[in-house]
Amino acid sequence: MIVGGLGLLAAACGLILYAISDTLVFFYTPSEAIAKSVAPGTRFRLGGLVEKGSLVRGQGTHITFTVTDTDKQMPVSYTGVLPDLFREGQGVVAEGKLNAAGVFVADTVLAKHDEKYMPKEVADALKKKGVWQEGEAPKGSVQ
Amino acid sequence: MIPEIGHFALILALATALYQFVMPLLGAWKGDVAVMRSASWAAGAQFVLIGMAFSALTWAYVTSDFSVANVYENSHSAKPLLYQFAGVWGNHEGSMLLWVLILSVFGAAVAFFGSNLPLTLKARVLAVQGSIGVAFLLFILLTSNPFLRLNPAPIEGHGLNPILQDPALAFHPPMLYCGYVGMSVAFSFAMAALIEGKVDAAWARWVRPWTLGAWMFLTVGIAMGSWWAYYELGWGGFWFWDPVENASFMPWLVATALLHSSIVVERRNALKVWTILLSILAFSLSLVGTFLVRSGVLTSVHAFAVDPQRGIFILGILTVFIGGALALYAWRAPSLQQGGLFAPVSREGALVVNNLLLASAAAAVFIGTLYPLALEALNGAKISVGAPYFNMTFGPLMVPLLILVPAGPLLSWKRADAWGVAQRLWVAAVIALVVSVTVLAFQHRGPWLAPFGIGLGIWLIFGSLTELAERTMIFRIPLARLSTRLRGLPRSSFGMTLAHLGLGVTVIGIVSVTAWRYESITVMKPGGTVNIAGMAVTFLGEAPATGPNYTADAGHFDVKVGDRKVTTLISEKRTFEPSHQTTTEVGIHTFATGDLYLAIGDKAPDGGRTVRIYFNPLAPFIWFGGVIMFLGGALSLSDRRYRVGAPRRARNALPQAAE
Repeated sequence: MIVGGLGLLAAACGLILYAISDTLVFFYTPSEAIAKSVAPGTRFRLGGLVEKGSLVRGQGTHITFTVTDTDKQMPVSYTGVLPDLFREGQGVVAEGKLNAAGVFVADTVLAKHDEKYMPKEVADALKKKGVWQEGEAPKGSVQ
Repeated sequence: MIPEIGHFALILALATALYQFVMPLLGAWKGDVAVMRSASWAAGAQFVLIGMAFSALTWAYVTSDFSVANVYENSHSAKPLLYQFAGVWGNHEGSMLLWVLILSVFGAAVAFFGSNLPLTLKARVLAVQGSIGVAFLLFILLTSNPFLRLNPAPIEGHGLNPILQDPALAFHPPMLYCGYVGMSVAFSFAMAALIEGKVDAAWARWVRPWTLGAWMFLTVGIAMGSWWAYYELGWGGFWFWDPVENASFMPWLVATALLHSSIVVERRNALKVWTILLSILAFSLSLVGTFLVRSGVLTSVHAFAVDPQRGIFILGILTVFIGGALALYAWRAPSLQQGGLFAPVSREGALVVNNLLLASAAAAVFIGTLYPLALEALNGAKISVGAPYFNMTFGPLMVPLLILVPAGPLLSWKRADAWGVAQRLWVAAVIALVVSVTVLAFQHRGPWLAPFGIGLGIWLIFGSLTELAERTMIFRIPLARLSTRLRGLPRSSFGMTLAHLGLGVTVIGIVSVTAWRYESITVMKPGGTVNIAGMAVTFLGEAPATGPNYTADAGHFDVKVGDRKVTTLISEKRTFEPSHQTTTEVGIHTFATGDLYLAIGDKAPDGGRTVRIYFNPLAPFIWFGGVIMFLGGALSLSDRRYRVGAPRRARNALPQAAE
């Protein structure tokens, strides 16, 4: 019985390790993604600010915009509905893959923040670059 | 003046908590009856004092006293009264005050209802409760004081995050906190038992009602949170494996394991060491949950507090309580007497498997939630572990558990006849198989595994009913005798049947929505129609709307089945004052077969609206099942045998005969 129990626990551990290595997704800013030259087809999360004036609505619900960390930029293409808090000039995290043309094709766009609160990864990355301080919201961009 | 009274009451509460922590321990050590008795008075006084502090803060919110910094930052005079009230715990400081208020309620309840507890045990339980109170009161007074004043007082406040202005979310935190803090009672009992070196059937009976109560609150809290996410966030999903959701789900999984293992302690005097460990883990995970949500370490809508000092303080509390408890456990647990041998195929054996699977599932959720944080702390790499990980680990661990659930209660204690149990369950198995095959034959889309998921839910429902039928011998005795038989059954056994049945209902809801949801995301212009799941949804147009503290664009939609108009759905884009934040209000119509769910998005450049429409088959089952589980818990709790005042150690010193 003890063997059975241990076997079950071992199976659970194996499952957890396999699942985590198989499904984890890295977070990069545009600069990091370019520096690491992430291969097309690799899933990752792209975070930064939505560049002002870059949002273009195309056919139907297709949207393109540019994510910037004020140093490097990356074009993003997305089909779907944007979250309520998505705004130009504000933080965003998108999950998807690069295509052969170097465009980030997102299947999920997160903007889980309000004026007080930025996505943590974005805030950290921008603080590293010195373009954003804790507690300071990019207020100029709020409509 | 009133906020100062609140602040002062809180300081007095800290002094009382210190007394409640130290003196009863000394009294129990020295055998001083009067000192031990005073623990109950301290617990009562703590409740009164924290109640005063909480009332003072509530008063400041309801009267919009913006000279209190906390009110200024989180409230607004134009906010509806319900949300001014709920605003008290819609922020970090207030929610911590609510946390200690609930802690003091539980402490006072143990003092008041525990009149039959042995004096030393009661004194020690209350002392451990007091120590938790000391830690959290210090935390509030030193890092998160809600009574700080502003001078000069501002005229108007900032307001509450609009997505939190919702009836379900107003009561979601109190429910979850009752669950989290309720686990502190099981924890205190475990600590006291370790100090005394004694765990027996009577101990298990005293702990069970508290664990059950906490579990019920957690169940409702999680269900409410999931329901809120479903209708408020506008994505049509019911569970996102967000760290904040996981924070409440981990204690629930461990509490569920604890509920089952404490039955073994009570009936068979076995699994004692493991049960004590589960009590410690359940409360530890509740503390971790509080830490995750409250310290701002997560990227999440719930993480209001962005203050590393607080994080370090909570981390200190975690280290002291979890580390201290585990150290005491390591030192004292080996001295607990083990008893009650059993064969692998037995009720005990089944409950061990239940515990192993639930604990593994909790571990999987724990690793998925905390691994990204740990990795970032170690080497700065930022990763995310999302739904695919959780589906891959949680699912395979739950399926064998769900298959075993109906068999467990039919197995007898000590040594069971597996073949006999299989014979009794064949009707339920055939029904489940027939349903699976029928669904498989009729489904034209969705994964081939989904029908078996439905079958699993049916198996749970009919398997649980089989157990009830066996107990009442419903098919073997004349109907006239049935009602006597039914009345003779303990309520806790109905409670168990209900809870397992509710689980089946939830499984069916989750499988249906996941496998067979219809989705349409299009740009619609007034007059345009979308056909979905046999319904025609026509966009009538937009009209402006106003609420107490927002303005909105309301999209109106006609829903027709064939030529018959069923309903008009309204979905709004609300813009809140004073923050200019926007939220989406979804329109939902519930049919017998599921929810039609509609949310408007952005304006398209050509004048249309992006519109998301979902048909979520059997979606209400998900939360309905949760409500059934809660009712099952309530029914068990009302059982005379578990009534807090009922058990006495003398009578229950021997293990109860198996029923």
